[in-house]
Amino acid sequence: MAKVVLWGSLSRLADGRKEFDIDAPDIGRMLAALGSEAPKLKPILDKGVTVSIDGTLYRLDRFKTIDPDSEVFILPKMAGG
Amino acid sequence: MPLDHNPDKKDFKVVGHVKTRPDGVDKVTGRAKFGADMFAPGMLHAKILRSPHAHARIKSIDTSKAEALPGVKAVVTAADFPDNPDLLANEELVNIRYNVMARGKVLYDGHAVAAVAAVNPRVARQALKLIEVDYEVLPHVVDVELAMAPGAPILHEDLRTNGEGDEPTNVARTIEIGHGDIDAGFKEADFIVERTFTAGAAHQGYIEPHACLANVSGDGSGEIWCCTQGHFMVRDFCAQICGMEVSKLRVTASEIGGGFGGKTTIFIEPVALALSRKTGRPVKLVMTRDEVFRATGPTASSSTHIKMGCTKDGVITAAYAELHYQGGAFPGAPSDMGAMTAFACYQPKAVKALGWDVVTNRPKQAAYRAPGAPMAAFAVESVVSELAAKIGMDPIDFRLKNAATSGSRSSYGPTYSDIGLVETLEAAKAHPNYSIPLGPNQGRGVASGFWFNFGGQTAVSLNVNIDGSVALSVGTPDIGGSRASMCAMAAEELGIPYENVQTIIADTGSLGYNDVTDGSRVTFASGLATIEAARNAKKVLCARAAKIWGIPEDAVKWEDGCAIPAGPNAGEFPPLSIKELAAQAGETGGPIAGHYEISADGAGPSFATHIVDAEVDRETGRITILRYLIVQDAGKAVSPTYVEGQMQGGAVQGIGWALNEEYIYNDKGLLENPGFLDYRIPVASDLPMIDTQIVEVPNPGHPYGVRGVGETSIVPPLGAVANAVAAATGTRPQELPVSPPRLLKLMKDQPLAAE
Repeated sequence: MAKVVLWGSLSRLADGRKEFDIDAPDIGRMLAALGSEAPKLKPILDKGVTVSIDGTLYRLDRFKTIDPDSEVFILPKMAGG
Repeated sequence: MPLDHNPDKKDFKVVGHVKTRPDGVDKVTGRAKFGADMFAPGMLHAKILRSPHAHARIKSIDTSKAEALPGVKAVVTAADFPDNPDLLANEELVNIRYNVMARGKVLYDGHAVAAVAAVNPRVARQALKLIEVDYEVLPHVVDVELAMAPGAPILHEDLRTNGEGDEPTNVARTIEIGHGDIDAGFKEADFIVERTFTAGAAHQGYIEPHACLANVSGDGSGEIWCCTQGHFMVRDFCAQICGMEVSKLRVTASEIGGGFGGKTTIFIEPVALALSRKTGRPVKLVMTRDEVFRATGPTASSSTHIKMGCTKDGVITAAYAELHYQGGAFPGAPSDMGAMTAFACYQPKAVKALGWDVVTNRPKQAAYRAPGAPMAAFAVESVVSELAAKIGMDPIDFRLKNAATSGSRSSYGPTYSDIGLVETLEAAKAHPNYSIPLGPNQGRGVASGFWFNFGGQTAVSLNVNIDGSVALSVGTPDIGGSRASMCAMAAEELGIPYENVQTIIADTGSLGYNDVTDGSRVTFASGLATIEAARNAKKVLCARAAKIWGIPEDAVKWEDGCAIPAGPNAGEFPPLSIKELAAQAGETGGPIAGHYEISADGAGPSFATHIVDAEVDRETGRITILRYLIVQDAGKAVSPTYVEGQMQGGAVQGIGWALNEEYIYNDKGLLENPGFLDYRIPVASDLPMIDTQIVEVPNPGHPYGVRGVGETSIVPPLGAVANAVAAATGTRPQELPVSPPRLLKLMKDQPLAAE
């Protein structure tokens, strides 16, 4: 079960919770489970976020696998110039 | 991703040794075609009428006199960009449409109100004067702090902070990043520095103004030729704004005279498209420099409050930031990126960064190299150097003591994998520039910087020609020499000379979707896709050799540009070169090609450390850059001279932002310096040669270890220059640009304030 950490201000939409233990095989399913557990997060998650798995940023790949002991962070949608 | 990753590969034959640039001859001889260089039979010329007010309600627009002018073929206004379901479902695109053509209200000086297509530019300009717009001028606000204050003029009645609350506001979003107990961190500190900094809005300053040619046929299909960082983005945005099917619009990217992030969105293309659709003729639209400044996207301006504490031994115990960014008339100021990057070079025990995204009556900001990071780094690096001075520690040693390392937790949360900040700091400290003695009124500044780097959607196609040469099609416009890097990576994989590969930027009808050229992504992502496309082509080449020899495919391998038997059991066959296999392609199965499509991730962040020596003229306030050194981690430099060029270009733009560049508004909210005469960017004669040193800490996410390099280089210069000025004068610049009048005032107000 991976520990999923929200960026600071996102926790206000999750009743103050900053961390979730989520059992999901990949990014897409992890986000779906997170949205179910904290429904107010769902609109933000649906609009697009960046997911960090063990320090690598994923902006698009819903099927990127998450290992049970992975470090997962939810970060704002990112763009460069 | 199923890639044969070998980021520690060292025996490159082409990668790292690129000498010539494929687009060089055409660019220096004037043959290269830029945005304004396309012509079509029967072409009309378009001009845009722009708002003379910072904020006003449009009571009415009367275009009848303009339409009656001989030579005028069409006029468009917001009414020509009606709602459609796809558009309305996308809030960002709704705002882009509003930015492209004002509806209801104008939100900044220069906001487009109407456009004319006429037989020549002169008639089009005349027609603009005949368009009658009745405005109700409204109170305006261009300053970020004033826009956040109670009672500020409101731009959007329906805007709520984070979509919540009942009262309209100019604060579109807030964000908080951080971890650890910030109060406890400050209690642990022996020294605390707390300051507020501001940085002006800088424009990317690309030399080529936006330009396009749109041509809509009688059957409703259309094409656009334009200068852009992403023609697939142009296609999709224009199709949705103009209510067209995406498949009916084909976009070709011209050569590009600079973008730096500013051409990752659209400003004029839907206008030309709508005019072409209305007239049935090709329409060319070219911005003037005045329009570029007034109506395209500079970066956000910022007001940043920083508080940092450290022990007397130099350990940063707490880092706190409040970042107020104004991003012009629509939400999107990159305060989130500022908050995440602000302390990314360090590993304070406790960190907290708060960001505000604020709208004002200025043009909508656009991305600019590492958007959001340079102004945050300016503030943080100023305070870091001040802390180092307070405890009497060398500024590089102080940074080394607190530097983010592989395996340390980043200030924005995740744990870093392989990163190279320490390597840049050590190389900078060992560089001869760091020990050159300084004279009177001279100072040395140090700063480090970070950028995430990104991947993104990428598709490439590689075709083997009849003579064994290779045609490579990529979908990411070349804004920094990427064609050379693509040629090098394809040649490296195929084992053929660099000169035997030609890379083109294919149009939107020729490849799968490609994200825009941004986020320092192209050498990483298009390069990764190129390597895989070449590997797929090698599989086809080996299969053809197997057929010719009558042996199994897995009994053939590729080596030095030839198919050879994989081992002694495969049989004795002389090598078949790519040229020999290509010549027989038609009889052995057809054209030989390799393709690859991917959503690339794993770009790997890049760090840099800059050292600058500056001299201050105490009478005039002029600051002269004496020396400038950039040390940056490139992962693996595919084309070292291009990498150096990216590093130097970013530094020069950062120096301009630090010393001279800013949008200046008068009390009516009108831009007072929309031209290169009054908006001063550095030119070659202003600067010394920028010294560079490439550090290579391979990125594990790329087959060759490549990291993006295009953005990180603009992050440290603002802080580095400010630190050099502080060292030279004994006063700390907190307001950028530190232009001569500002510096004179600073030295007058704070004479000899020792640091």
